[in-house]
Amino acid sequence: MIGELGHLTLIVALLMAVLQSVYPLLGAARAVPVWMAVGRAAGRAQCGFLLVSFGCLIATFVNHDFSMAYVAENSNTGLPLYYRIAAAWGAHEGSMLLWATILGLWTAMVSYFSKGLSEPFLARVLGIMGLVSTGILLFILLTSNPFVRNPEPPADGNDLNPLLQDFGMTVHPPMLYMGYVGLSVAFSFAMAALLGGSLDSAWARWSRPWTLIAWVFLTFGIVLGSWWAYYELGWGGWWFWDPVENASFMPWLVATALLHSLAVTEKRGAFKVWTVLLALFAFSLSLLGTFLVRSGVLTSVHAFASDPTRGLFILILLALVVGGSLLLYALRAPAIRDQVHFELFSKENLLLLNNILLVTAAASVLLGTLYPLVLDALKLGKISVGPPYFSAVFAPVMAPIFLLAGLAPLVAWRKASLGKQAGLLYRLAGGSLLLGVITTALSWNLRDITTLAGLSMAFWLSATALLSLWQRVKLRHSTWQGLRSQSRSIYGMTLAHLGLAVFLTGVTLSGGYSEEKVVRLGPGDTAELKGYRFTFKGITEVQGDNYTARRGEFEVRQGDGSPHTLWPEKRVYNVRGNPMTEAAIDPGLTRDLYVALGEPMDGGDWSVRLYCKPFIRWIWLGGLCMAAGGLLSASDRRYRMARALEDAATVPAGSQRA
Amino acid sequence: MTPRQKRMAVVALLLAGVATAVGLGLTAFQKNLLYFYTPTQVSGGEAPTGYPFRVGGLVVAGSVRRDPDSLTVHFSVTDGPATLPVVYTGILPDLFREGQGIISVGQLNAAGVFEATEVLAKHDENYMPPEVAAALEQSGQRVPNYKEYQK
Repeated sequence: MIGELGHLTLIVALLMAVLQSVYPLLGAARAVPVWMAVGRAAGRAQCGFLLVSFGCLIATFVNHDFSMAYVAENSNTGLPLYYRIAAAWGAHEGSMLLWATILGLWTAMVSYFSKGLSEPFLARVLGIMGLVSTGILLFILLTSNPFVRNPEPPADGNDLNPLLQDFGMTVHPPMLYMGYVGLSVAFSFAMAALLGGSLDSAWARWSRPWTLIAWVFLTFGIVLGSWWAYYELGWGGWWFWDPVENASFMPWLVATALLHSLAVTEKRGAFKVWTVLLALFAFSLSLLGTFLVRSGVLTSVHAFASDPTRGLFILILLALVVGGSLLLYALRAPAIRDQVHFELFSKENLLLLNNILLVTAAASVLLGTLYPLVLDALKLGKISVGPPYFSAVFAPVMAPIFLLAGLAPLVAWRKASLGKQAGLLYRLAGGSLLLGVITTALSWNLRDITTLAGLSMAFWLSATALLSLWQRVKLRHSTWQGLRSQSRSIYGMTLAHLGLAVFLTGVTLSGGYSEEKVVRLGPGDTAELKGYRFTFKGITEVQGDNYTARRGEFEVRQGDGSPHTLWPEKRVYNVRGNPMTEAAIDPGLTRDLYVALGEPMDGGDWSVRLYCKPFIRWIWLGGLCMAAGGLLSASDRRYRMARALEDAATVPAGSQRA
Repeated sequence: MTPRQKRMAVVALLLAGVATAVGLGLTAFQKNLLYFYTPTQVSGGEAPTGYPFRVGGLVVAGSVRRDPDSLTVHFSVTDGPATLPVVYTGILPDLFREGQGIISVGQLNAAGVFEATEVLAKHDENYMPPEVAAALEQSGQRVPNYKEYQK
């Protein structure tokens, strides 16, 4: 019964999505207020029905309803309740429903927090979101319905993939989807502005907090995914340039560019055309990401069983979204003019350069991800593009971005002269380089150019971030007053740029100074790594909720310090019977110790993987700082105050073409 | 500078940037592409020697042999008509087992043995690397049902 209810509400949600797109778009075009008003109600109703539908799916998992094919595939009576709930989005069908539900949530949010938007503009935004939703819901109902019944239900289910039975993996998809789908709001705002011809700084101000929040979720989701890969996959790496990781990274790069470009459009009214294009690209890349993950064209840890009809459907959807939006862009963009003037050396141009670099980075990732697919489709051979390609391309593009991220906040809008700042900047740059040299020489090897460059850059980023804050603060009489008068978006930017420095430090040091050892150890044997002595005490059998594990005991001792015990496991899950490595990690701010069991050998020996990874936590810490900075910016007062003020300004602009 | 000159300067800068990016990208591409070969292609002499590539197939049942006191392991992969011996030192992935489809990265040595630097088996036991599935189909093999291998 619950399954049918879920199916039914899903169909009703599709009808709501159709209503939400047809009436408001027509209403805005013909200026019929009643039609436009349909959007808000239909959007909220759609969200409600989707929530019920998703709730039904979870209920079938909780109740062990194995007559549902999807539940039987991904759950089991032995699966603990927490993972039964999370299993709802553990595979393709359910995760697409989650995608749609999150889109419903964003739609409802837009309908509630839009008091200051003009009716036609809001109608168009909701209409575009409705169109996207219609496409996704059709996709779910036609090719990947999670509510399909199995006429011959099995006695017990096939269990959730053991890799996903982990806290990080239960939270990662919802966060990532909040980000992916959140970019559809920026997309819809851009499309609505193109349709209505009201592309002004008010539009940018409206778009900005939504884009920021989507970006925060995306950042957080990527950080979670990277952290999960680190402790769960047993390889000790934090980023693999796996095509599916790339699929989430490309929208992130473009969304980051979009945030910076929106700032210019809001403050200075410049780059309107470019900003709109970025908004269109960011969401298109999110859809492309969905296509790459869901179509099964990729060899990846994320690739589920492939189904060509699904891939084709998403490909058509992608073509419609990208083609439709670019067509509209081509028709409308030439009419948009930037009425502002700025000099070659100005904050505007530095931000433009940052944008170009970020987009170049995204394009190089896209090339590396799609090239093998294209070659394969053209039957020109099967190739794969490995991490060396991405490292080789990425470092030279990112280096100038880091330099700019330090410079741009210090430079004035419109017309800047280095004259006043030059001396200070040279001293800062010199100081950062000196600090880089000192830290590299102190603890490590001075000849290591990469570390030297990475650390100097991190010092440069933090020094300039703090300096730019200080320069704003000292304009006031007292420091306290200065600190209080800064807006949250200034603090947000500072925090995010500091996060970038923290991230860079982590990448540099863990990349340059990690040590790895693969050894064969018998009980009582000892291996040494970077001054730590690992003693293998032996293996015991332990029984988990739905698995049995062989648990190793390792005593770790640094010099004569007190010993510390690590418990890595090799689990075998009862239902699927496949083995899983659970690494044991001793985390620390300056280093992680990591022990993973390999395979049992003859005579009670085990192959064991040992790592010492300096500063690796800083990578995720930096990501969290960036996300926190974004959140701080999004909570800036002016986005809330602006609503009332902009009300008067947007109405005439929005109704020009209505 | 006149506005026109300024614009030209920006355009020139952009072009230079794009050219550098393309140049870097292409060089990185040239150096880092890994081609996939089936065991049949390798035995036919199509695969390069002294240059890394990827090979894939099913691990031949009964072929896995470990050194008694090191981490070196020998096994063979097959796509039906041909079989390729592989040697690898290190920890094999959790899902590595006889009969499983795997992909391996490495080089062919003078003795015709594939010296692997990496062995990949996928995390979902129902999942077959597409390259391996295609290789098996090409050689007229039935793509095996993984469920049966489990038992």
